[in-house]
Amino acid sequence: MVSEELDIAPKYLPAEQGPVQYVNELTTLNLGPTHPATHGIFQNILQMDGEKIVSSEQTIGYIHRAFEKIAERRPFYQITTLTDRMNYCSSPINNMGWHMTVEKLLGVEVPKRAQYIRVIMMELARLADHLICNGILGVDTGAFTGFLYIYQEREHIYEIYEEVCGARLTTNMGRTGGMERDLSPTAIRKVKELIPRFRKVLTEFENLFNRNRIFMDRVVNVGSISAEQALSYGFTGPNLRAAGVDYDVRVMNPYSSYQDFEFDIPVGQSGDTYDRFMVRNEEMWQSLRILEQAINNLPEGPYFADAPQYYLPPKQEVYKNMEALIYHFKIVMGEIDAPVGEVYHAVEGGNGELGFYLISDGGRAPYRLHFRRPCFIYYQAFPEMCKGLTLSDAIVIMSSMNVIAGELDA
Amino acid sequence: MLTNEEVAQTIINQFGDAVGEFDDPYNLLTFSTGRDQIFSLVQFLKEHKTYQVGFLTDITAIHYPDSPGREFCVVYHMHSLTNNFRVRIKVYLDANDLHIPTVIPLFLSANWMERETFDLFGVIFDGHPDLRRILNMEEMDYHPMRKEYPLEDSTREDKIDALFGR
Repeated sequence: MVSEELDIAPKYLPAEQGPVQYVNELTTLNLGPTHPATHGIFQNILQMDGEKIVSSEQTIGYIHRAFEKIAERRPFYQITTLTDRMNYCSSPINNMGWHMTVEKLLGVEVPKRAQYIRVIMMELARLADHLICNGILGVDTGAFTGFLYIYQEREHIYEIYEEVCGARLTTNMGRTGGMERDLSPTAIRKVKELIPRFRKVLTEFENLFNRNRIFMDRVVNVGSISAEQALSYGFTGPNLRAAGVDYDVRVMNPYSSYQDFEFDIPVGQSGDTYDRFMVRNEEMWQSLRILEQAINNLPEGPYFADAPQYYLPPKQEVYKNMEALIYHFKIVMGEIDAPVGEVYHAVEGGNGELGFYLISDGGRAPYRLHFRRPCFIYYQAFPEMCKGLTLSDAIVIMSSMNVIAGELDA
Repeated sequence: MLTNEEVAQTIINQFGDAVGEFDDPYNLLTFSTGRDQIFSLVQFLKEHKTYQVGFLTDITAIHYPDSPGREFCVVYHMHSLTNNFRVRIKVYLDANDLHIPTVIPLFLSANWMERETFDLFGVIFDGHPDLRRILNMEEMDYHPMRKEYPLEDSTREDKIDALFGR
């Protein structure tokens, strides 16, 4: 199928080597579905001319779990667990994005403290996400050390998740209307301890990579994409910013009090792998800035909205308070009345604009829910980006695009 | 700062009766058009000098089995990054004639989004270079996101709950 559409000029042997001979032999190489370099389950069928990639074709859907279909039968609060499993490197961002979508539909105003806690969790998730992407990029270029240095901090971030919601990877964090519980003193202490330690480790990591000759040879000018092309391919997030477009949902459409914080949007110039790496690195510094501002200015007050018909009441209340018991029952049984309407809400996920398009017909479950998954949309640019490059370049490009299989397939 | 009214008026002036059902749920300009105009409409918004709605956020579809003649709705979300303005365009299609022109010549990102919509709903994008299934396996002979395919086996009787209607 692919080979019929190949567009390569035939090659002729020089005349002195005998009669002109048509040489056009291509190798088909399967990169994936389970290849260590794909970091997830998806297949790339590469047509190779020697070591050069002539064309490639993607097969995705290996972990398609039909979340959009499942969501049509679930009450809103049960859909949170589905969002966990999309970009599993930064689940809290997905969770919060979903809660905000529902809150937008219901018209619930979340108190400032809950918004700040959400910002803290989302920025921790962004740190973890970028850290994995950049660490693995190092591994794919043969530098294992940086990955090991930096992975310790990911563990600390996951410990904070554990403290806040009890889970590490599939967090199911927060509730419609706020957080499920307040940020504990231990969690605050852990976040405060994390920031300086992370800065130290990130500096070490940058020292290892940023001007490393071997690393730069592998990534500079590899997989460049122009701003126009990136926009046309629907790039968002760090990948788009590496191409020089300063689009960040946090700044353009601030949600959850992002307007209160001071931070910069790093942009690259050429959109190559090195720029993507550097933009992610710089975003980690900016996330640390946001974290510091949020944890130091954490407002007092309630951590959930005054919306008893939507926010699951505390369990001890349920046992002794009639209203709490009624609301608990109604929410758990999915008997809340959601307004009829359609909402699109986008948050800045680890990979870019994570959008939730929710259509409610007033029932207990969404009539239709669509996830705008940034990975799914920008991964189609991969054949274009690796065309004419070598296999080792393709692996580095794929790694720097941060393709998460869970988000690719939903 | 663009207002919804301003953009809506420009679109009405340009396309007249071909657009309609203007609404702004949660402050996002929404309107519907026919499939004959969708390409020129997206092109108009993309190439408009001041609006510059040059980013295709999303394409998806919705199935309304109970509205004859308008069973399927293809939804385009577009975004102007220069004006920070979003717009949502809907195209209603008849279930017996699920054809709509592709917008790949305008946005390369439409490729997989249209394939996904085809895969899940069976909407056929005319002019798409490679309209195959993308998430499901190619042998599949139905489009799973349609409402006639319930998530659970509808013949199961042990789970019917008379009180809560599930």
